Amino acid sequence: MCGIVGLFLKDTSLEPNLGRMLTEMLITMTDRGPDSAGIAIYGTEHKGKVKVTVQSDHPDRDFADLAKDMQQALGGEVTVRVNDTHAVIEIDVAWAAAGRTVLAEIRPDVRIMSTGETLEIYKEVGLPKNVAARFDISSMSGSHGIGHTRMATESAVTTMGAHPFNTGRDQCLVHNGSLSNHASLRRKLRKAGMHIETENDTEVGAAYVTWKMQNGASLGEALASTIDDLDGFFNFVVGTKDGFGVVRDPIACKPAVMAETDQYVAFASEYRAFVNLPGIDHARVWEPEPATVYFWSHDHAPTATEKAA
Amino acid sequence: MQTFDLEAQGLRNLNAALQAQSKETNQTAWEVVNAKGSHAIAVGLDAPIEVNVKGSTGYYCAGMNKQATVHIHGSAGPGVAENMMSGTVIVEGDASQYAGATGRGGTLVIKGNASSRCGISMKGIDIIVHGNIGHMSAFMAQSGNLVVCGDAGDALGDSIYEARLFVRGSVKSLGADCIEKEMRPEHIEILKDLLERGECDAKPEEFKRYGSARKLYNFDIDNAY
Repeated sequence: MCGIVGLFLKDTSLEPNLGRMLTEMLITMTDRGPDSAGIAIYGTEHKGKVKVTVQSDHPDRDFADLAKDMQQALGGEVTVRVNDTHAVIEIDVAWAAAGRTVLAEIRPDVRIMSTGETLEIYKEVGLPKNVAARFDISSMSGSHGIGHTRMATESAVTTMGAHPFNTGRDQCLVHNGSLSNHASLRRKLRKAGMHIETENDTEVGAAYVTWKMQNGASLGEALASTIDDLDGFFNFVVGTKDGFGVVRDPIACKPAVMAETDQYVAFASEYRAFVNLPGIDHARVWEPEPATVYFWSHDHAPTATEKAA
Repeated sequence: MQTFDLEAQGLRNLNAALQAQSKETNQTAWEVVNAKGSHAIAVGLDAPIEVNVKGSTGYYCAGMNKQATVHIHGSAGPGVAENMMSGTVIVEGDASQYAGATGRGGTLVIKGNASSRCGISMKGIDIIVHGNIGHMSAFMAQSGNLVVCGDAGDALGDSIYEARLFVRGSVKSLGADCIEKEMRPEHIEILKDLLERGECDAKPEEFKRYGSARKLYNFDIDNAY
């Protein structure tokens, strides 16, 4: 099964409540997938800086001198904010690539969850309420966010198998469904030079979207081409720095429902995730059409592009 | 009237109370509040009672219904009135995918739109949709009637057997072995009754009828690979 929730705020006065609203939505979806959970939050940006969110199974050992060690290697200011098994490393945007290389050298066991100017991804094995509590997601503010609760069908229950997946700077993807051609696609993408870490089907979907964009496609085009090139069932919700997008496969047997008011646009696998959102009784509630790519953006008008199946 | 607070009293208690009603019950009017999209509300009923659900429901509301009238004052999640045997289910809002799936009897009225696979494998149920329906509706439909006052999505009536499909608006595409058929006087009569039961003011003459070409489910050597 798996459960997805997404919340995109139009009303900036709700931003301090984003983490709390998203957490409540995600906990409601617990019985769709109780084995692991993750949340992508688009929060505060510090001009000229990039945030690298990392995870370690030994946070005490790996994070203790991380800022000092990275600073030494990079020769400039590094801040590290530790949050349970995760840490958000903030460095000069010009060092984004160098930072990753240095990190791999000095902390080989640390895994990168996300890179972005506003994006932070937190994910772990466990129930949504426990995962959200250990990172205190409820206290986080932001403009939009995506949550996922997983019921694994295609690969192991691990932190790296949990969603969301970071597909590019400030981009993330979550998935409900199962891809049936992920093995052949993984081979093809690895040959094309893409780094795919796990045997997880969604990671292949995420890598596919990243690969398409590295070859000149826009995110919308990359999503539209998933309909041609991915075999299986999928609802994808993607986050970008300024908004979020939704695409369903042409069969559309995985559930998806959306709600929109003057204050927000919300996505969920089921309506019951919406019931505590403000003004939900008067919201426009509908199901996204199959084989159609939807986008909501803070910078542009919303779009819905139908792709012939 | 009995009012049941689903949040306070719980789903099992609700369904146990409703399923305990018999033909002779005098507790015929029920109201369920705080539905909040919960699953499996008012399933397996078998008594001539009326249940009004306030708010939207989750998966499988009013599944396996017999005799009862279940009125959803909101939208319904996937599989509303699935495998209904008799009685009536009314959805004031929209219905998600596979509404009325495998239904053997009774009437399902959807006042908004229905999503994909509406009436999939229907076996005698009558479904009246005031709005549009999604793709793959009436897939392998065996008997009963599906009335759509709006438009139908892709692959309507794919691999259909003997169900009747009436659509007022456009049909995006017909599925395998589903064809448009002549609307004869007896069909107008059937449709008139269905529209009345569905509280629809559309005119039967505005509809087209679709059904099986009967080329797929009879043995035909040309169907073999």
